[in-house]
Amino acid sequence: MDASDARAPELREVHGPSALGGGARRFYDLLWLTAVTEFKRVYFGTVLGYLWSLIRPLMLFGVLLFVFTHVFKVGSEEVEHYPVMLLLGIVLFTFFQESSSNAVTSVVSQEGVVRKTQFPRLVIPLATVVTGAFNLSLNLVVVFAFILAFGVDPTWTWLLFPVALLALFVFTAAISMALSVLYVRFRDVAIIWIVLAQVLFYMTPILYPVTAFQNATYEHLLMLNPLAAIFEQTRVWILAEPAAPTAVGAAGGWLHLLPAALIYIAICVFGVWIFRRDAPRIAEEL
Amino acid sequence: MPDSLAPPAIQVEDLRKSFRIPTHRVDSLKERMVKPFAPREFRELHALDGVSFEIGQGEFFGIVGRNGSGKSTLLKLLASIYRADAGTIRMAGRLAPFIELGVGFNPELSARENVVLNGVMMGLTPQQTRDRLGAVLEFAELEDFVDLKLKNYSSGMLVRLAFSLLMEVDADILLIDEVLAVGDAAFQQKCSDAFHEMKAEGKTVVLVTHEMGTVEEYCDRAMLISRGRIQHIGDPAEIGRRYLRLNFEKGSEARSGAAPEESTDVRLLDAWIEDAEGKRLTNVEHEQQIMLRVELEILRDTPGLGAGFIIANADGVGVFQFGTEIAKADGSSELVAGERVRVKADVENLLTPGRYSVHCGVNRVESGGVALYVHDAVGFVVYGGDAQSQGIVSLPLEIDAEVRAEARDGR
Repeated sequence: MDASDARAPELREVHGPSALGGGARRFYDLLWLTAVTEFKRVYFGTVLGYLWSLIRPLMLFGVLLFVFTHVFKVGSEEVEHYPVMLLLGIVLFTFFQESSSNAVTSVVSQEGVVRKTQFPRLVIPLATVVTGAFNLSLNLVVVFAFILAFGVDPTWTWLLFPVALLALFVFTAAISMALSVLYVRFRDVAIIWIVLAQVLFYMTPILYPVTAFQNATYEHLLMLNPLAAIFEQTRVWILAEPAAPTAVGAAGGWLHLLPAALIYIAICVFGVWIFRRDAPRIAEEL
Repeated sequence: MPDSLAPPAIQVEDLRKSFRIPTHRVDSLKERMVKPFAPREFRELHALDGVSFEIGQGEFFGIVGRNGSGKSTLLKLLASIYRADAGTIRMAGRLAPFIELGVGFNPELSARENVVLNGVMMGLTPQQTRDRLGAVLEFAELEDFVDLKLKNYSSGMLVRLAFSLLMEVDADILLIDEVLAVGDAAFQQKCSDAFHEMKAEGKTVVLVTHEMGTVEEYCDRAMLISRGRIQHIGDPAEIGRRYLRLNFEKGSEARSGAAPEESTDVRLLDAWIEDAEGKRLTNVEHEQQIMLRVELEILRDTPGLGAGFIIANADGVGVFQFGTEIAKADGSSELVAGERVRVKADVENLLTPGRYSVHCGVNRVESGGVALYVHDAVGFVVYGGDAQSQGIVSLPLEIDAEVRAEARDGR
């Protein structure tokens, strides 16, 4: 008994499961390890490894580029650097879509762990987003090689790009959190999200620039989508086109960007709130 | 309480947890939308109903209870998997949060990755886990399989890995749910050694099990829980007896109307098991005769009585039932008040190792009515025997596996 008396750990109240639970250090370690192992599992388990993660957006890019420069001819003439804009948009959206779709079923598929261990629940959906971010980082290397090859000159605004990435990451994480706990109770969420993500793809200026509408009302409506603001601003910062309006410009002034900002904040708050609310009960609901 | 001086490691006060079991589960959004205000029907199940207890540091504490008694809920609350409705749990030190061995394992990952991931889950840093990987694998005797994916492991290998990891995480408090039933004999011995070592190191261990033998072997104290309430906390042997009684309650309830423990006709004076020299025993080695002795006293003149016995195992299953008519040396079966009857039964012991109890009954031969029924009149433990055979009884056996060459020749 002397050994344990010497340390004399204090009695602390145990509050049961929670989103974070078990200390920041453990949370961070688990998040990192889970994300890394998942990343390794997916890409070292296949013959072509990481290439698969690149091939998917590249193929989509190839098809869309052909359609929109040769069939509809939206891209080539009117928009400067259209292929670059398209590729950048696709890669960023792929991150958003893949991470959130993987997150939907993540908590339920980890049923064993959730029901039988005291595991900080938040790690599960967040790890899918972090894994997605690993993919994104690798894909961005290719995208930037592509950007330089297309003759876009680096400007100082490239340094602002991480701000847009951070905004996208937080948004994706919040949506993933909400989806993963909602799915525990409503299995329709998976199907709804497939459709909704598809709609969001077209509601975000990826295939077309914001200016394509030639109509201020539509432009303003489009800018209600927080993703639209993030993508448009990214395009301004990376491609440094004088022709492309900034997010503020496209929305029609700071005041008009406010709704998008509010929606962004509302979604983030909702994601955190609902996850915190439901996390302690996940094990019982499964 | 032997360890009442030790500071508490776990303190539980008035813990309550109930589950709402929906009679109709709303699983889809559509159902919810179509009938948003439809009353959601459910019934309340009180899994734990005001449980308070304290476990001292360095104590080996057993929690025993039948299925559905609330012991698993209690364990999950202690492990922070469920949240309590009311009451508090306090703990001193770090808890290994695994209530089942190897649940955190991912079959798609190698042993190395799993050990690191699960080590971190149990509160180590990644570096600490990597440092201990060697020790874990050595204890589990799996050094050669470190990079093999777990899906290719046998169940025995998995358990060994999980148990070794649990031993290495250095938690102050371990929650263990039914683990000893797995692994081969050699590994079970290792686990047993490890338990004794943990005990020596002053770790607090909470063991939840059906296996009374394990509880009696390791635990300092034990707790019996039934229908969400604590029935008793105390000496493991006492808990063992109460647990057995609880197990039989269900069976005897059905018969209780016709089975008086107190009878006006006959009384059970004593029941015991003895060896060839007449010495009383509580343990009987496998294949050694079970020599059951019972003494009855006749309280009232009765025409004819029969004595019957049921040997039941720890799960309450009646393994063997036998009996005899009570007759005098002259052949008459007329019994007179004050007479004493001694029943001797020598039973071949084909029982598998475990705890058994003998229920004793006396019935009226003519009417078939029950004059007396004593539940768990005497208990005994069977030990030893062939570890290869499992089940309720160990029947005489000749077994042989022969490799035949003809099949290959025929091709």
